[in-house]
Amino acid sequence: MSAKNSKPKTKNSQDRRIWLLIGATALVAALFVPFSQLFLHVEYDYTLRTVALGGALLGVVSGVLGCFAVLRRQSLLGDALSHAALPGVAIAFLLVGRDLGLLLVGAGVTSWLGVYFIRLLTNTTRIKQDAAMGIVLAAWFAAGIALLVYIQARPDASQAGLDSFIFGQAAAIVERDVQLIAVVGAVSFVVLGLFWKEFKLITFDAEFAGASGFRVNLLNMLLSTLIVVAIVLGLQLAGVILMVGMLIASGIAARQWTNHLGQMVILSAVFGAFAGSTGAIVSAVDADIPTGPLIVVVAFLLVVTSLAFAPGRGLVWMLLRQRNDRRRFAAQTMLQDLYHYATDHGAADTAAPESFLFGVRGAAAKIGLQQLHARGQAQPRDGAWMLTSAGIEAAARDDRNNQLWSVYRQYADDLDLPSVAEDRQQEVTQVLPADAVARLERQLDRLRTAASDVTES
Amino acid sequence: MGGAARARRRELHLKERTAVSNQDGVGIRQADVVRVREAPVQETPVQETPAQEAPAGGAAQKPASTALEVDDLTVAYDSRPAIWDIDLRVPEGVLMAIIGPNGAGKSTLIKAALKLIPRAAGTVQFYGQPYERVRGMVGYVPQRGSVDWDFPTTVLDVVTMGLYGRLGWLRRPGQREQAAAMHALEQVGMQDFAERQISQLSGGQQQRTFLARALVQDARIYLMDEPFAAVDAVTERAIISIMRELRARGKTVVVVHHDLQTAAEYFDWVTLLNVEVVASGPIGETFTADNLRQTYGGRVAYLQDAQRIAGREEL
Repeated sequence: MSAKNSKPKTKNSQDRRIWLLIGATALVAALFVPFSQLFLHVEYDYTLRTVALGGALLGVVSGVLGCFAVLRRQSLLGDALSHAALPGVAIAFLLVGRDLGLLLVGAGVTSWLGVYFIRLLTNTTRIKQDAAMGIVLAAWFAAGIALLVYIQARPDASQAGLDSFIFGQAAAIVERDVQLIAVVGAVSFVVLGLFWKEFKLITFDAEFAGASGFRVNLLNMLLSTLIVVAIVLGLQLAGVILMVGMLIASGIAARQWTNHLGQMVILSAVFGAFAGSTGAIVSAVDADIPTGPLIVVVAFLLVVTSLAFAPGRGLVWMLLRQRNDRRRFAAQTMLQDLYHYATDHGAADTAAPESFLFGVRGAAAKIGLQQLHARGQAQPRDGAWMLTSAGIEAAARDDRNNQLWSVYRQYADDLDLPSVAEDRQQEVTQVLPADAVARLERQLDRLRTAASDVTES
Repeated sequence: MGGAARARRRELHLKERTAVSNQDGVGIRQADVVRVREAPVQETPVQETPAQEAPAGGAAQKPASTALEVDDLTVAYDSRPAIWDIDLRVPEGVLMAIIGPNGAGKSTLIKAALKLIPRAAGTVQFYGQPYERVRGMVGYVPQRGSVDWDFPTTVLDVVTMGLYGRLGWLRRPGQREQAAAMHALEQVGMQDFAERQISQLSGGQQQRTFLARALVQDARIYLMDEPFAAVDAVTERAIISIMRELRARGKTVVVVHHDLQTAAEYFDWVTLLNVEVVASGPIGETFTADNLRQTYGGRVAYLQDAQRIAGREEL
């Protein structure tokens, strides 16, 4: 019953946490603008506004789609795909000349062929996916480099700057590029929205999706295509080598804060926008600082922060929980030790010598006694420890709970008790329904009487 | 029943099965012709069934009492057959265990029936129809190790996934689907875990979540892949009581099972499998020491168990 009541609360508190986090991220991003103006002397000219907006939009698109790459354990697929885009740029240039739209289409085509080839290799040969990705990444990228070098050797001047696709060149971004990112990104979101439940299903359990009648291969290709789209959009800004960072970093960071796919995707979009815009602004401090790499660095800082501090999953959180557990368990053990020592030596408030407790339990005794003292369940007296009345009550309850669980383990079937998972940290009287508890307690009394009869005779 | 199955196999083998419409399996078949079983054969009239995928009127040709029918099914990994020439009839309303040693092809049989892996030869029909037509009637519980339990979603959401197939493309699950999923969770005793993140579940709770996802499909036949593998006692009891309830409602349940000790207690029908079907039928007649020896070979540990259990059953 209690679990039912607390259910909506925990859900809401987690929801609230996500919204708080989104708000905080937006606030930091917003405050960063005057901060950068005042202290970093950043000038918000047309170029920076365009680049920052482009970076933010790209962060949203790649953040959203990158979540799926992360969850499908295909982060490296993203890397292979972005490298595989390079030959497409070169081929498109050779065929039709310099037109950004067509260069990106070319990038998309070879990148998509890369996915297809990886899938083909994995499905039809005995090569594992990592090897397939590795070989496709290297081969496609090699072809791209070879073509680029060949193109650059030509006397034609229009090839200048084509190699910026390798590392990205944010300064080249103009308003039309930003519009392109916005429009194409919006279209890919619509597709994602339409097939949301299918994408979720194939990401979680592709086999079951197949058994449910969905065309898993088709959906896989569609999702990969969306990821390719995100990559291609980011080529100008981040380049083929760093694009994977934009794709997966905000997804990894977002995963740490939430346990819901929808929230993860939204949060990843916010993180992506944050990294994209602040990275662009910081890089404007000096004209020689490249934008794409800085965006990736900011995104990585978000990942580190999230891994450290995210509630539930973060390292700090885990360390705190481990410390709490250690304290709680030590306290529980000491409570029982004191209780048993006392009852074995007369009354329940008999004091147990500290040297004895430390000798038996070592360091845990110290932690446990501190805890019990703080809770008012035990108090020291002349180098010995005794339970307070509250401590005796708690110990007796814990002791009885343990005995009842033991009886449950042995006699649950005989007594026809409902089957529940044994968890001695919980009170058996809370876990089982009242009539079952009554039967269990009767059985314990019977066993006790029988035991005392034996000792008497 | 085992004898009858064997009789049918033999007859079919002798006929060289020219009528069977396997495109890929022909080459493999020829070797099989000489492998006629020497086991004593009691001649029983064998009904010839067309092995082609049933056309539109297929349902009418078969008695509705056969829930699952497998004909000449062969599946090969790297040209080594994982299951070989399986013939199987599962009547409606039974709880059937598929039992056999590791590598016997138990999971392969289920996956091939659901067309999750390619077949080298053979046909599978559910209620006289090919799987594609009756998907909604077939529920599937995969091995729980087959997914990433750290996926960011809740128990209720996973169970709701059981309804995605019925919803079809583009439609979203709504309140009705959630209510159905909640009901399924109650059946497996997991209602208090509905909003729990799935990474926080124990192995047994994961298994019950998968079971609930299958229950919500409201299928006529359930195929379960090792649902009892490494689960706690509570879960084992929950699963078996649900299986019995399903049977009581006329459903058919086919379970890949690895525990000889409990097989006779839990199931009323059994298929002993070791690449080929050794025997299939009611558990009392089929789960015999002789059949188990044929399935597991002379391996001591298994055999002692098997003889003891089978001996107990025969008493």
